[in-house]
Amino acid sequence: MSSIWGVLIVAFLAGVEGVVDEWEFHQPIVACTLVGLATGNLVSGIALGAALQLVTLGWMNIGAAVAPDPALAAVVAAWWVSGPAHLPAAAGVILAIPLALVGQGLTRGLRKLIIPLVAQADVAAAQGNLHRITWLHWSSVALQGLRVMIPTALFMLLPAAWIQQGYYAIPEVLRGGLRVSAGLLVVVSFAIVINMMATRQLWPFFFIGFALATDGHLSLVALGMIGVGLAILYIKLQSKDTPRNGGSGPSSAAEDELDRELDDL
Amino acid sequence: MTYKKGVSEVENEQKLRTLTLSDQLLVFSHSGLEQAAWNYPRLQNLGFCYLMVPAIRRLYPEKAARIQAAQRHLELFNTMPYMQSLITGVTLSLEEDHANGKGVSDNDIRALKVSMMGSLAGVADPVWWGTLRPILSAFAASLALSGFGIVGPLVFFIGWNVARLSFRWATQRWGYLQGLKVVTFLSSGVLQKLTLGASIVGMFVMGAIVPRWTRFKFAPIIASSQHASLSLQAMLDQLLPGLLPLVLTLVCVWLLRHHVKPLWLLLGVFILGLGGYWLGLLR
Repeated sequence: MSSIWGVLIVAFLAGVEGVVDEWEFHQPIVACTLVGLATGNLVSGIALGAALQLVTLGWMNIGAAVAPDPALAAVVAAWWVSGPAHLPAAAGVILAIPLALVGQGLTRGLRKLIIPLVAQADVAAAQGNLHRITWLHWSSVALQGLRVMIPTALFMLLPAAWIQQGYYAIPEVLRGGLRVSAGLLVVVSFAIVINMMATRQLWPFFFIGFALATDGHLSLVALGMIGVGLAILYIKLQSKDTPRNGGSGPSSAAEDELDRELDDL
Repeated sequence: MTYKKGVSEVENEQKLRTLTLSDQLLVFSHSGLEQAAWNYPRLQNLGFCYLMVPAIRRLYPEKAARIQAAQRHLELFNTMPYMQSLITGVTLSLEEDHANGKGVSDNDIRALKVSMMGSLAGVADPVWWGTLRPILSAFAASLALSGFGIVGPLVFFIGWNVARLSFRWATQRWGYLQGLKVVTFLSSGVLQKLTLGASIVGMFVMGAIVPRWTRFKFAPIIASSQHASLSLQAMLDQLLPGLLPLVLTLVCVWLLRHHVKPLWLLLGVFILGLGGYWLGLLR
C-alpha cells in the first residue's frame, strides 16, 4: 500500500516538473529511480530510467512548443517494470512512447483548460489582491501534479496479471524485435539534439568526437576535456582573427548566407 | 562614521523603498515555479506575476500602485525559465526605481521585459536543453548502465540542481545590482561566444555518445570455417566501430532537416528494429 502512495507522490512531482522544468523529477533517470525506490525494486527502476533517459534526451519544451511528456511515460513504465508486473526494461522503453504521447496531449489540454484560472488572476490583480494571485498560482501547480497523478492512478488500476499476460502473449520473435528497437530508439533523440546545435562550422567537432570515442581507451572525462579544450581554442583563435580580417566582413557574411542556404537544402 | 550620521542615513533610507535581501530570496524561491500556470495565449504571465508578489508587496503599499504593478506583470511573458532570473533581477531594480520615482515608467519596465525575453531564450535554450541536460543525463545514464547504479541518478540530480540554483541566484542578484547595465553587457557579444562554446562541446560529446551508447549490432555471419567465423559486425568494426549507429543517426538528422516529424522517426526506427530482428539482420 505504501508503495502505491509512493508512486503517486512521484507521479505528482513529475507532473509539476514536467512543466516547470526545475528539479527535473520528470526526467526518466530520476522518476524511474524514485518509482523503483517506492516499489522496493531500485535496481530495475534505475535500469529502466537510464535506458529511457537516452531515448528522451531530445525531448524539450522550447518556446511555445510541447514535446512528448516524459513524466507520465517514466512513472507508468517504471510501475510496470519495477512494480508487480515485472516487465523487462526494454518493454518499458517501448511502452513509454505511447504513454509520452498521451502525456503530451494532456499537457496541451491543460494549457488551454487553465485559461479561466488565469482570467481569475486578472480579476484579483484589479482588486490588488496579491494573496489571491499567489493562491491561484499554487492551484495551477496542483493541477499540473494531478495531470500526471490521476492518469497514473488509472493505469495502476490495471491488474499486473493482465499486463504480464499481454506481454507474454506476444510471439518470441516480436519480443526480440522489441529489445532491438528499444536499443535503436536512442538515435532519434541523438538526432534531435544534434539537429538543434548543428551548423556547418560545428560538424567537424561531431566527427572528431565520434572518431576519438571509437577508441575504447579514452575515458569519458578525457573526452570531455578534449571537447572543452577544442571549444576554448576555437573561440580564442576566432576572436583573434576577427579584428585582423576586418576588411573581409562582406565575404564572411556571404559565407553565412551560404551556410544557411546549405542548411536549408 | 559618526553615530549621528548613521541615524540620518537610516531615516533617509526609510523614505527610499528598497528590497531587502529576504525579499530577493523570496522572489528567488518563487522563481522555480514560474511555468506552472503556462497557458495559451499569455504563456508565463501568471508565473511571472506570482514571483514578483513579494517585491510588489514591499514596494507598493498604496493600493493603486499595487494594482498597476500586478497588472503590469500579468501581461504576456515567455522566456527560458532559468534566464528569467536575470530578467527578474533587472526588473526588480527597475521596479525599485519606479517606486522611488526615479524616472522609470510603467512602459519602460514592460519594454525591458519584452526586449530581454526573446533574445535570452534564443541563447539559453540550446545551452541548457540542447547541451547541458543531454550531456549530463546521458553521462548519468551511462554510469547507471555500466554498474554504478544509484550513482548515475544522483550525479544527474545533484549536478543539475546545483548548476541551476547557483545560476538562478547569481543572475538574479547580478541583474538587481547592475540594473540596465546588464543590457549593455549582453549586447557586447559575450553570450554568443558562450553559446558557440557550449555548442562545440555539445556537438563533440554527441559525436562521442553515438558509438558508445547505442547497443545494436549486425547479426549475420558472412563466412565461417572450421576454426573461426567472420561476422559482418566484426568486419565493420575493422573498418570503423560504431559505423551503423553513425549512419542511422545521420539519416535521422537529415530527415529532421527535411521536416520529418520526430514521431515518424520513432515509428520508423521501431519498425526497423522489429524487421531487422525478424530478418536476422540485427541483434
